[in-house]
Amino acid sequence: MVSDCGFSYSFQARGLAGARGERWLFDGLDLTLGPGEVLVVTGPNGTGKTTLLRILAGLLPAAEGSVGWEPQPEDGRVALHYLGHQNSVKGALTVAQNLAFWQRLAGAGDAAATAAAQAAFALDDLVDLPARVLSAGQQRRLALARLVAIPAPLWLLDEPTTALDAGSVKAFADAVAAHRDRGGMAILATHQDLGFEPTYRLDMGASA
Amino acid sequence: MNGFWAILGRDLALARAESGGALLAVQFFALGILLFPLGLGPEPGMLSRLGGGLLAVMALLATLLALDRLFQQDHEDGTLDLLLTSPAPLWSIVLGKAVAHWLITGAPMLLAAPLLGVLLQMSWPAIGGLVVALALGTPTLSLVGAVGAALTIGTRRGGVLLALLVLPLYIPVLIFMSGTVTAAETGLAFGGHVSILGAIMLLSLVLTPWAAAVALRQVGD
Amino acid sequence: MHRFANPARFLRLSRAIQPWILAVTVPCLLAGLYLGLVESPIDYQQKDTVRIMYVHVPAAWMAMFGYSSLAIASAIGLIWKHPLADLAGKAAAPIGAGFTIIALATGSLWGKPTWGTWWVWDARLTSVVVLLFLYLGYMALWNAFEQPQRAARAASILALVGIVNLPIIKFSVDWWNTLHQPASISRIGTPAIDPAMLRPLLLMGVAYLGLFLLLLLLRMRVELAERRVMALQLARSRDGEPS
Repeated sequence: MVSDCGFSYSFQARGLAGARGERWLFDGLDLTLGPGEVLVVTGPNGTGKTTLLRILAGLLPAAEGSVGWEPQPEDGRVALHYLGHQNSVKGALTVAQNLAFWQRLAGAGDAAATAAAQAAFALDDLVDLPARVLSAGQQRRLALARLVAIPAPLWLLDEPTTALDAGSVKAFADAVAAHRDRGGMAILATHQDLGFEPTYRLDMGASA
Repeated sequence: MNGFWAILGRDLALARAESGGALLAVQFFALGILLFPLGLGPEPGMLSRLGGGLLAVMALLATLLALDRLFQQDHEDGTLDLLLTSPAPLWSIVLGKAVAHWLITGAPMLLAAPLLGVLLQMSWPAIGGLVVALALGTPTLSLVGAVGAALTIGTRRGGVLLALLVLPLYIPVLIFMSGTVTAAETGLAFGGHVSILGAIMLLSLVLTPWAAAVALRQVGD
Repeated sequence: MHRFANPARFLRLSRAIQPWILAVTVPCLLAGLYLGLVESPIDYQQKDTVRIMYVHVPAAWMAMFGYSSLAIASAIGLIWKHPLADLAGKAAAPIGAGFTIIALATGSLWGKPTWGTWWVWDARLTSVVVLLFLYLGYMALWNAFEQPQRAARAASILALVGIVNLPIIKFSVDWWNTLHQPASISRIGTPAIDPAMLRPLLLMGVAYLGLFLLLLLLRMRVELAERRVMALQLARSRDGEPS
């Protein structure tokens, strides 16, 4: 279902409950996203934003409920990007090597996508530098460039704009807009105003 | 096999970039061997008799050295999340990791072993047996070690715990590696030992990537 | 499938069967000890030393049995995510390790008069030492995590890896032993079993098994009680919050 022009998947969760250890954070959570739709999750610390994203990414088991796709993405295709608090960047490798590794691991993305990703997050001048010399904001930009370098219908982003300056936040908002235009979906946990209007909002503080 | 080649290439690139770090295990292997003549005395007959066993034991210990970082670093910098959500099958990623680990630790030991055998005054047939034994034994050490490394991700004092978990599982490899050397030295046929070492390696090749993958899936946070 | 997952049901059941296990264990233990240490014939070569066998051999059985039950509990815990199975594995490990230590200590006591040394690198004793380290590794892994769920998963996988390895370890140690041991040394074992020896041996085996099960149930109940206390404290600390 991936055509050149974009994605046409929808993603849903039914009756989802999340727990950390013995503590229940949320339950009975339903959500459905269609092509081009974006959900912003807000709420105070400790209300389960990260847990929710990790459950949706399949990194944590749900205490209850299920997550599903319509249609099911093919085996071996990148279905989603999960970007947590950490950047997954290897300091000893250069910016270009980091991007190349992510693409090889995913078995997706090409030189054009790499160029687009570097341009989108102003990494062109940094490509040959080892990532350890980058500033925190530059490392975050590199991590965000992964989203553009490898096409995937669903982005799950946990505080994506940490350490970013205003210009980079704008670049990120542009990337999300381009992703939506292609029919991509995104779920973002954030405290910041990102300068675009999401399709849905979910306040974890209110639902708890 | 995307996952396999991607992770293998990256781990080798990382080892190269952290220049010198890659060869720590073989340096430890050699240094450990040099301690034995100093501790036991330089009597040639004894050293050549003990040589095969000492080298096999040191190979086990040197393998442990780089194991605790096998997944721990990826866990700490968030790369493990990437590996777990990637479309590549997890077992292929584990296999890539284990092969990279072997190329960084096992293979250099294999190259250094004949030289160390000479230092211990081992006979040429024994050194030949040693090389065959290490070639078939050390891949198993890396593979089984990968399971231990996956199980101890995020634990306190992971390195010591890893050694405690993995060393008992290494015993068959140790026994058949030093057995191969003894048989080669005394001119006996060592085909039997070699095929057992090979069988253990094949069994590990099939089972350990799968077991480590199950372990990795439990990590979650 | 999760019929016994409910701790209340488990507690009721274990309270019901504990007296029965006790009723079998105590007579077996007394009869086994009497028959083994007083009634049974002495060995032609080993004299009274042979009586250590009645304590040693069943302990070695239980060491093996303990690890097998650990592995079975682990498999159930991993496949069906059964919380009581995880609990059973955690509770069984120190008991199994205890029997392993008894087997090693009595084996060593047997060795002194038989071989003249406290320790001989006999194939069985060596395998039992390795088994002890497998137990210790399992227990260490349980304690290494902050979250009990992760600890349970990791320890279960380790137990399964261990049980797959155990026959290979046993085989390699036996092989190593035939290579290095002069054949003249007699092994720890049960030379030409006489019915008069077999009876106390089996009685002791049943008694040890009963002891194992009793301790297992007891440890599981203690663990459940501890968790309950923690849950209650957690609930009390959030007093005022409607639950």
